[in-house]
Amino acid sequence: MKLDGKTPPGPLAEKWTTYQSTVPLVAPNNKRRLEIIVVGSGLAGAAAAASLGELGYNVKCFTFHDSPRRAHSIAAQGGINAAKNYSNDGDSVYRLFYDTIKGGDYRSREANVHRLAEVSNNIIDQAVAQGVPFAREYGGLLENRSFGGVQVSRTFYAKGQTGQQLLIGAYQALSRQIARGSVEMYNRHEMLDVVTIDGKARGIIARNLVTGELERHAAHAVLLCTGGYGNVFYLSTNAMNCNATAAWRAVRRGALMANPCFTQIHPTCIPQSGDYQSKLTLMSESLRNDGRVWVPKKKEDAKAIQEGRKKGTDIPEADRDYFLERRYPAFGNLVPRDVASRAAKVACDEGLGVAPTGLAVFLDFSAAFERYGRSEAHVKGIHDADAATIRQLGEKVIEEKYGNLFEMYEKITGENPYKLPMKIYPAVHYTMGGVWVDYNLETNIPGLFVLGEANFSDHGANRLGASALMQGLADGYFVAPYTVGNFLSGEIRTPKIDPNAPEFLKTAGEVQERLSKLMNIKGNQSAESFHRRLGKIMWDNCGMSRNAEDLTKGRQLIRELREEFYKDLFVPGELNEFNPELEKAHRVADFLELGELMMLDALNRNESCGGHFRDEYQDEKGEAKRDDKNFAYVAAWEWTDTSKDPILHKEELKFENVELKTRSYE
Amino acid sequence: MSFLEMLDVLNEELVNQKKEPVAFEHDCREGICGACSLVINGQPHGPMNGTTTCQVHMRHYKDGDTIVIEPYRAKAFPVMKDLVVDRSSFDRIIQAGGFISVNTGQAQDANSTPVETDVASAAFDAATCIGCGACVAACPNASAMLFTSAKVAHLNMLPQGKVEAQQRVLNMVKQMDIEGFGRCSNVTACEAECPKGISITNIARMNREYLGASLGSEKTA
Ligand SMILES: Cc1cc2nc3c(=O)[nH]c(=O)nc-3n(C[C@H](O)[C@H](O)[C@H](O)COP(=O)(O)OP(=O)(O)OC[C@H]3O[C@@H](n4cnc5c(N)ncnc54)[C@H](O)[C@@H]3O)c2cc1C
Ligand code: SF4
Ligand code: FES
Repeated sequence: MKLDGKTPPGPLAEKWTTYQSTVPLVAPNNKRRLEIIVVGSGLAGAAAAASLGELGYNVKCFTFHDSPRRAHSIAAQGGINAAKNYSNDGDSVYRLFYDTIKGGDYRSREANVHRLAEVSNNIIDQAVAQGVPFAREYGGLLENRSFGGVQVSRTFYAKGQTGQQLLIGAYQALSRQIARGSVEMYNRHEMLDVVTIDGKARGIIARNLVTGELERHAAHAVLLCTGGYGNVFYLSTNAMNCNATAAWRAVRRGALMANPCFTQIHPTCIPQSGDYQSKLTLMSESLRNDGRVWVPKKKEDAKAIQEGRKKGTDIPEADRDYFLERRYPAFGNLVPRDVASRAAKVACDEGLGVAPTGLAVFLDFSAAFERYGRSEAHVKGIHDADAATIRQLGEKVIEEKYGNLFEMYEKITGENPYKLPMKIYPAVHYTMGGVWVDYNLETNIPGLFVLGEANFSDHGANRLGASALMQGLADGYFVAPYTVGNFLSGEIRTPKIDPNAPEFLKTAGEVQERLSKLMNIKGNQSAESFHRRLGKIMWDNCGMSRNAEDLTKGRQLIRELREEFYKDLFVPGELNEFNPELEKAHRVADFLELGELMMLDALNRNESCGGHFRDEYQDEKGEAKRDDKNFAYVAAWEWTDTSKDPILHKEELKFENVELKTRSYE
Repeated sequence: MSFLEMLDVLNEELVNQKKEPVAFEHDCREGICGACSLVINGQPHGPMNGTTTCQVHMRHYKDGDTIVIEPYRAKAFPVMKDLVVDRSSFDRIIQAGGFISVNTGQAQDANSTPVETDVASAAFDAATCIGCGACVAACPNASAMLFTSAKVAHLNMLPQGKVEAQQRVLNMVKQMDIEGFGRCSNVTACEAECPKGISITNIARMNREYLGASLGSEKTA
């Protein structure tokens, strides 16, 4: 198979505009006859369904949630990037493009990333017009802040609830189309398979989660906007129900899984506290604008903190190691996520961690309280403010900026972060890998598109903060309407697809069989317990740093676990009813296959890049060693059969506009 | 351990005994998706202010405490299974008018309309509603006024939402009635139980706007 990224010809900055002005169109009368299925109602899905509905297509949108507004995008905290340059600090489309390519450690496609940077500005315009209440300055204009890996302020935000506000905007646009009848919404429906006819994607099999019935839905094109697969690690910052099934089932039908080992471990999460823990909570990266990361210099201090004999505030300045500022003076606390996470791990591995488990570092706001407090005192004309007043004023400013995050922290840990430094530790957060798509966001199966976190396209080996919301909305609002139209322009003579066609009946039968099989194992262990064990295997062997030995072992462990799963799983309840345990079992079954592929991909990639760090490939200072000569490619895996190894296809990445450099944040 | 992790443990035990677990809804487990619900010892989202069920922790209970857990009860939120209720009536209220009519690509530059910070921040406060339905569960009349008014306030306050303001409030209130939510009799239990601190001033505001819209124009819902 020859992978064609279908990047349009011409200079980088003109590719998308040329594409837009030359793409074949679909006339309004034909749009009315064409049907599109959108799976997912997060930022990518809601934006796509709404926009395609507005254009006049017949759209059906599916989500397993009870309402489109509950998609995981709702939880995004920190913000969304755009190259508006409202801060007048030297930002531009090119700079956003460049930062994203560099941040991704040169493992993404130039043309896709440039397009993303180009449409970023339209997203902000669109959101504001929909009534998204972004933060504003006193003059009433939009405010920006900085995120990791960049030196400009280009992040738009709505307190710590940017994802919520953007999703509500997209959900409202979607609701408007539902009211108009151009989108038919299917809540509480889980897609369990893709149906292909003559090699094209023509529909899906979905399970009605209320009745348990399998439904066949047909369309001229299918868009998967189903989010990431971070929950393969069991513990992650993803919502509990995020899963890989839609993407994985597409792969089982011939789509390719690209760079599955590229996972993002986010540096600032609340550390794990007990065995019953069901998920981890993110503390937004925006906190690194004002928080300083440190551990004690002396092991005995760290030990005292671990044992509860000392607090962070007891350690004098001179005995603190602000390790990010020390190691990376140019970017300091704002280095990219992968770099910050690894540095925290290194500190904890040396025994300098600050939680009872030894797995935490401090994120300290004292300096920010002081800095903001002084400036507030100045503004308020208080000239001889004492330290306590300054601190109080400073705490107010921080509360304005991050109040809900501080509150969330206190609720979970029971500690007041205004008084004691926060404790944080890296956790699985995002998956850069995903279904392989070309410039059109179309997979190698014609008519099957993948948008948002579910595809692999824009973030290379590491995603920069505030860029996932940007990508999801770019894909949904501004890219898919053109590229899906491009595909559909060739389908105007295709009659309505029949959901009773033999291909539909066959696929539905296979799904039925899969579900019955899970029900009929009648063993002794819950799906949850298998999931927890899988997560541990993944984290121990394919986590923040990896090596060939662990990966080989991990793969074997997963195989054994999968065998046990199919022998000893127990699913209570019935097939044809509301049965969350069955939903879970099916998702875990897919994770068990995807997890193995992640190990294989990580094993294949004999280099360290972005979120993928191989112990064998590092320099004297412990920094990642990339191998551009041998690995500047997208690894796209073709599924064959559980008993055989998947087949690797390579899409060579060509860099015509940026020079490949060692990523340095020093 | 969080309250929902306690239910996880319960369910795991039930499954281990080959029994059916208790169905309940949840997703983000950090107080933002609005999926979790539950009435805990008579209070929607449990005992603490400004907290969703998923943010309640077991350290607030003593060993040996008996905890009573019920689903939300409201005509417009039919129970589906165990603790799971159907809140799709909220979606239909939004579909009736909870949006600004702007197609993709029609927007002007984001900074072309400055918005006063007070207005932007009041709109934001109203927009933080997570659509959980605790306000309805708390209300003796099962009224959805707090939810609907928060939504109306968010959009009607902003300059972008002014054009459709009258139609919006008429349509959304009408849908609220169609769904079978009760009338508001100023009990204010909704505000007390709302995990996001949505203020009842939104209700007063909506009442004014509703009255203005039904009297002041020929527009009908
Ligand atoms: C805690 C947290 C904070 C974050 N903060 C930021 C941030 O500040 N800035 C930023 O840019 N990014 C952030 N991210 C990342 C970002 O939120 C996500 O990458 C992005 O929202 C994903 O959007 P999506 O539309 O691709 O998928 P999602 O929002 O995950 O939506 C997936 C949709 O697909 C549906 N679905 C999935 N599978 C099926 C199926 N089989 N059948 C039917 N429906 C299905 C789901 O119901 C859902 O509607 C954050 C992520 C987390 C976890
Ligand atoms: S107003 Fe408050 S209680 Fe009611 S749905 Fe919104 S967040 Fe929940
Ligand atoms: S589970 Fe999302 S708000 Fe409680």
